[in-house]
Amino acid sequence: MTKVTLNVNGETRTASVPPEMTLLRLLREEFGLTGAKLGCDVGDCGACTVIVDGKTVNSCLMLAPQADGRDVLTVEGLATMERLHPIQKAFEEKGSLQCGFCGPGVIMSAKALLDENPDPSVLEIRDALAGNLCRCTGYSKMIEAIQDVARGDNRQPVGESA
Amino acid sequence: MGSLDFARGREVGRSLGRLEAAAKVDGTVEYIHNLRLPGMLHGRIHRSSIPHGRIVRIDTSAALAVAGVHAVVTADDVARLVPDPYYGPAFHDQPILATGKVRHVGEPVAVVLADNPHAAEEAADLVAVEYEPLEAVFDEVAAAAPDAPVLHDELRPAGMFTDLKHLAGRRDTNVALDARLRSGDVEQAFAEAEHVFEHTFRTGKVMHAAFEPMVTVAEPHAAGGLTIHTASQSPSFVRSEISRLLGWPENRVRVRTAFLGGGFGAKLYIKLEAMAAVCALLARRPVRIALSMDEQFYTITKHGATVRIKTGVARDGRMTARQVETFWNGGAYADIGPRVTQKSGFSAAGPYDIEHVALDNYAVYTNEPPAGALRGFGISQLVWAYERQADVIARTLGIDPLEFRRRNALRNGRPHATGTVVVGMEVDAVLDRLAEAMAWDKPFDRGTGTIRRGRGIGIGVKACVSPTTSTAAVHIYGDGSCAVHCSTVDMGQGSDTTMAQIAAEVLGIPTTDVRVVHPDTDVTPYDMATLGSRSTFHMGNAVRRAAEDARAQIERMAPGATSFRDAMLARFAMQAGTVVGFGSYAPSYQKPDPETGLSANITPFWMLGGAGAEVEVDTETGRITVTKLVNVADVGRAINPASVERQLTGAAIMQLGFTLFEEMVFSDGQVLNASLADYKIPGFLDVPRELTGTFVEAPHPEGPFGAKGVGETGIFSPSPAIANALYDATGVMLYDMPLTPERVLRAIREAGGRPLEQA
Repeated sequence: MTKVTLNVNGETRTASVPPEMTLLRLLREEFGLTGAKLGCDVGDCGACTVIVDGKTVNSCLMLAPQADGRDVLTVEGLATMERLHPIQKAFEEKGSLQCGFCGPGVIMSAKALLDENPDPSVLEIRDALAGNLCRCTGYSKMIEAIQDVARGDNRQPVGESA
Repeated sequence: MGSLDFARGREVGRSLGRLEAAAKVDGTVEYIHNLRLPGMLHGRIHRSSIPHGRIVRIDTSAALAVAGVHAVVTADDVARLVPDPYYGPAFHDQPILATGKVRHVGEPVAVVLADNPHAAEEAADLVAVEYEPLEAVFDEVAAAAPDAPVLHDELRPAGMFTDLKHLAGRRDTNVALDARLRSGDVEQAFAEAEHVFEHTFRTGKVMHAAFEPMVTVAEPHAAGGLTIHTASQSPSFVRSEISRLLGWPENRVRVRTAFLGGGFGAKLYIKLEAMAAVCALLARRPVRIALSMDEQFYTITKHGATVRIKTGVARDGRMTARQVETFWNGGAYADIGPRVTQKSGFSAAGPYDIEHVALDNYAVYTNEPPAGALRGFGISQLVWAYERQADVIARTLGIDPLEFRRRNALRNGRPHATGTVVVGMEVDAVLDRLAEAMAWDKPFDRGTGTIRRGRGIGIGVKACVSPTTSTAAVHIYGDGSCAVHCSTVDMGQGSDTTMAQIAAEVLGIPTTDVRVVHPDTDVTPYDMATLGSRSTFHMGNAVRRAAEDARAQIERMAPGATSFRDAMLARFAMQAGTVVGFGSYAPSYQKPDPETGLSANITPFWMLGGAGAEVEVDTETGRITVTKLVNVADVGRAINPASVERQLTGAAIMQLGFTLFEEMVFSDGQVLNASLADYKIPGFLDVPRELTGTFVEAPHPEGPFGAKGVGETGIFSPSPAIANALYDATGVMLYDMPLTPERVLRAIREAGGRPLEQA
């Protein structure tokens, strides 16, 4: 067993884990954070996407011990008791999700994109989210939601659409 | 009408957000995927490595030696609990675990139960099975031939569907169902036709790829019952089938679901439930069996199909005769395949008024993984054939493709090929909307050089499955709040919100005040299943009736009350009591004649979907870029317009994947691309620049507030629309899906007299 200590959504968490445990299973099974989903478990679908030290990671491909000492942000770290994060709010209002299983991963990828590039073009959005698959929606309402957030953050009051 | 004076009519027809939207974006929404129970064991399946063979022996000793392993369950253990371990909705042909022989690669042979998933996975690989291989057959046409190796000794219809009963005891055949339709005299009509067109079209096997992989947790009770928590689209069926297998009354089995992370038809009937139930009863502990994404490729697929279609056309461009022979590759177990064969098969004349029709459909067992329902239930395979052929006919005769379809449209009041007189199907309106959305009468830039542009359309029809039953209850609690109890499963299509809107409309309250209780067979009443776009129509009617019943009871109970809260207080004198309204719906139906397939009432409603596509084709690489994709549906009336549009755009992208690149590649029954890395589904980069889902409304007389189903409608026509656009752009005619760059390039080069060498 290996002891890992990491910062998850602003809290220091510690666990003793077998060396083969992935960050995804650590989050879901040890910490009870079930927002990140186990879709393919081999890095193809993006449903397990979380942000580690500011970068998106397929948490099914990162071993828990590799996350030792690092900052991990999951979908549970976005909303407060009072309100959703603006990206979540936009996804809610646009009806961007259907079954919702891919949603937490998509939202985390969108967060990482907007943190780095607050005003992405449609092409940049598509490119940044290419690693997140969805089987239900056809993606267009997700793109619109991310554009809404970008516009809201950067061009208040809302001007012409990009 | 009592004196409750709150308004009706404010909720249906509104684009409300889904009730659970906030829980979906914050990651807290419930899926069975997340469920963990105290003392739970993890099951991992050892699967067959060969496509067809007898099991000589199974050695579990190495698996049992792995630390953390509790047991290894095989068919012998299953037999102790379930002497006749065969299940299935159409045929009792699929064993809980392979019994005596295996019939496809990936068939479950043993289940390892362990304390943790890692030990289970390691041990599952250590189960050693010795086989005596048998000759296998994979192609659906070859498997239907009299000399093909036979998979099942004897056909065993399940008894649920009366039109399969005649197959009982049939031996030495892989044809699980031959369904035919005869209307008029095709031979005579072909002889008299000005033109006769004959083609063979094929579609390969594809997979649902629902993102929440199949998962079931079975929990035994000390008192001798069983709770099955499962990501299933058909909780009522799971209860009855598990009860039947165990020889228990239905009331000892409780089946519950949560939100599903997609379904698309994969999570119907029995998938992991029987296996998990038996393992849990044997181990006397809760057992969780969760598939990995790659295991789903070996569990259930869409039918590959070979469609031979022959159409006679008169001088004026009217189709006069059609003969279609379809072989459906059902894989090793029938699942719902024979229903696909019959229910889709009779629709092969399309949304067209063709007088002479002869259709033959064969559900064929092969040594590939089982095929079942996938969003559209066989319709898209047929639309692929008849709408590709429609463009060939139109082009050959020099008729505009849209005009050709208008000229042949099947209109309300006219008999469909089955003999059922069509009601509530708007072919002209869909074609008009399609023409408008595609700007069909405007000039179109066909490109130059190596980038050629084209556009195409298609239109397809499905008859909703019949007969089926839905029941629902509406509860009014002591404080006047309300809950809908129904067994419709919300797998992403938004049924919770739709049902809440229907109840709210009747009750005169806001949709957001309605709670929808998720399927739990101890609590929610029977529903046939969430499939075939039947829920809005069938369950919608049941919920509407249940709400009307609840409202009427309240009005009788407390005349003059102005709210449910006041009515409950007036009756019970404190915050107490429950009023339960009940509703059920089962449409009328006439069984088709076994010889002719004719019926005066084959379906409660017709689903009609048209699609248009604009493409760019790179003639040097064969790559197709879809630049515009339009889906148009006839929905009767949209309960929630935004939700309808999302079903249509979502379906468009799913079918775009099936059209351009999705195909399971087999070698001797092995799936060579059983992962999302190798089996590519559409991603963000594949979405066309313009993607539109739109609908026409003409309230259906039987639908709840005029509504029909729409979940599958957007699947029917994008494939032929894209292929017809390719044809328009290049003149290249492709018969097989998907339209991979290699296939397109080979066809372009061949048409240009410079064929590529075979690899």
